[in-house]
Amino acid sequence: MLKNYFKIAIAVLKRRKFFTFISLFGISFTLTVLIVLTAFIDKVVGDDYPDKKRDRSLYITSIEEIGKDSHSSSPPSYYFLNRYAASLKTPEKITLFSGFSGTNTYINNKKIAINYKYTDANYWEILEYKFLEGKPYTRQQIDNGERVAVISADMKKEYFGDVASVVGKYIEADNIKYKVSGVVKNLPITSYLLYSDIYLPFTVAKRDYKHKAYLGDCMAILLAPSKRDVSKMHTEYEQVVSKVPMENGQFTSIFSHASSYIEGYVDTGNEKSSGVTIALSVIGGFVFLFMLLPTLNLVNINITRIMERSSEIGVRKAFGASSRTLVYQFIVENIILTLLGGLIGIVLSLIALYLINNANLIPNLDLTINFTVLFCGLLVCLIFGLLSGVYPAWRMSKLNVVTALKAQ
Amino acid sequence: MIRLQNIEKVYRTDTIETLALNSISLDVEKGEFLSIMGPSGCGKSTLLNIMGLLDAPSKGDVRIDDQTTQHLSDKQLANFRNQKLGFIFQSYHLINDLQVLDNVELPLLYRNTTAKQRKLLASEALAKVGLTNRIKHFPTQLSGGQRQRVAIARAIVGRPEIILADEPTGNLDSAMGNEIMEILMQLNKEDGTTIVMVTHDENMANKTHRLVRLFDGAQVQ
Repeated sequence: MLKNYFKIAIAVLKRRKFFTFISLFGISFTLTVLIVLTAFIDKVVGDDYPDKKRDRSLYITSIEEIGKDSHSSSPPSYYFLNRYAASLKTPEKITLFSGFSGTNTYINNKKIAINYKYTDANYWEILEYKFLEGKPYTRQQIDNGERVAVISADMKKEYFGDVASVVGKYIEADNIKYKVSGVVKNLPITSYLLYSDIYLPFTVAKRDYKHKAYLGDCMAILLAPSKRDVSKMHTEYEQVVSKVPMENGQFTSIFSHASSYIEGYVDTGNEKSSGVTIALSVIGGFVFLFMLLPTLNLVNINITRIMERSSEIGVRKAFGASSRTLVYQFIVENIILTLLGGLIGIVLSLIALYLINNANLIPNLDLTINFTVLFCGLLVCLIFGLLSGVYPAWRMSKLNVVTALKAQ
Repeated sequence: MIRLQNIEKVYRTDTIETLALNSISLDVEKGEFLSIMGPSGCGKSTLLNIMGLLDAPSKGDVRIDDQTTQHLSDKQLANFRNQKLGFIFQSYHLINDLQVLDNVELPLLYRNTTAKQRKLLASEALAKVGLTNRIKHFPTQLSGGQRQRVAIARAIVGRPEIILADEPTGNLDSAMGNEIMEILMQLNKEDGTTIVMVTHDENMANKTHRLVRLFDGAQVQ
């Protein structure tokens, strides 16, 4: 039976080559875009370098103060986090670090843009950066206010050129020289919470990082002793924040949450709009709209194609095919078509990802097709096949035999 | 074998009601070869379609093999047609995308048969109509007479008790028409297959056991 359907499906595809091209192009192009999107999301959200302990970590990335006529939100300050997050009992470890900021430096009259970030010592213990050489700066060095730095592999190459080792050498940023203590594997800028070109101790910051204000540019990662303690840690932080006194009379409430990586990643800094909901709606909406047009197009083409085969439908019905069998046949045929489009789509995606990776649009973001992406791709294909096949198949299966036979 | 009682068929549009068949009662005996004649538009094909359960009468009862067919579901009707009936059409209605053998196998796809059984039965049916050397051809590579022979092989492959033929020689010249008629008569004689044939050709009709004439939807002979 399936072999027969397959033969018919291939014969039908060969019969109207232009229609086939339009259908296959629609499917494969849609799939390519969706696979590239999935690969991107998968990389951005799923890549756990360097925070491999993500499943027992919570991220504090924003604080929001709301008053009758005012509203402020930004990442919290070092002062706020040090006072209210660092004092939590549940976490095994807590790290405070700043967001990255940019500055320029010059070497041999060449301008280099550098992004720098301040961290504490726990940063290197909670996060598992891969040190290509050297090691992180120590707690002692931080306390002593030593001008030391950990730099990324890209920065090493850009600043020092192709040299074997740079540990112990000096790198200048913002007119200050820092002694390199280690070089770490690169992170793409999409991992914006942890990305930087050079990492510096908080104690060497030019400005007063302990300034008493709630809003600032710091973030924190809370590491629970085990996965089970994550929710306890979350609740403890919620309780602490609920008791935080207002910064001034302007505000009446304060919101800050210890969230999972993904929630933290898409945090809008607005209590009333969930970043996850917005991200899912945007992605869902995009996927829906992007699939809608080719699906409608395919539905149309399928109706025309099946109409052309009304004599075949009549004959099959006359010789014992029930409406249900015919629906099944047309859906199987359509799934064969979409899977064919899917295969082409996967090849196109491989080419597209190769080109995107080579074009280096986002440095160090190496997009790959993995099992999840392939699974999503195939799932999309099947949904596509079903969506565009069911309606025409159902409509055609209802065709009266006599009318169908007369149509030839 | 086939019993039609007071069959009426009315086609309705928004403004007009057309009576295509008017109170037709007809018995076809097992093993009979019956032909139906009449001018164009008199309701011959409609009657044949009703006998073949391809169309439902507006009124009346169709019994086949002592079984009433009025209340059968879509699936039951399909199954009934598959087991009991074989169809031959004037314009053959072969599936051009499939080879001859696959076309002939078609009715068996809707039964519990293995691919091997299907191939064997289809080859046997094609041998019966003298087309063993054309099984890998596509319908478009065959002559009209050959196509109709493929259609006959398809109609008999499931060994149905009844064959309904709607002007099977209508598109063929007289020599080919006679060839097809010979095959049908042979099927009727040797296998005892009941055949009902709609035709315009008096000569063909005279070769059958009985002739029924219709005029304006009513039986006149």
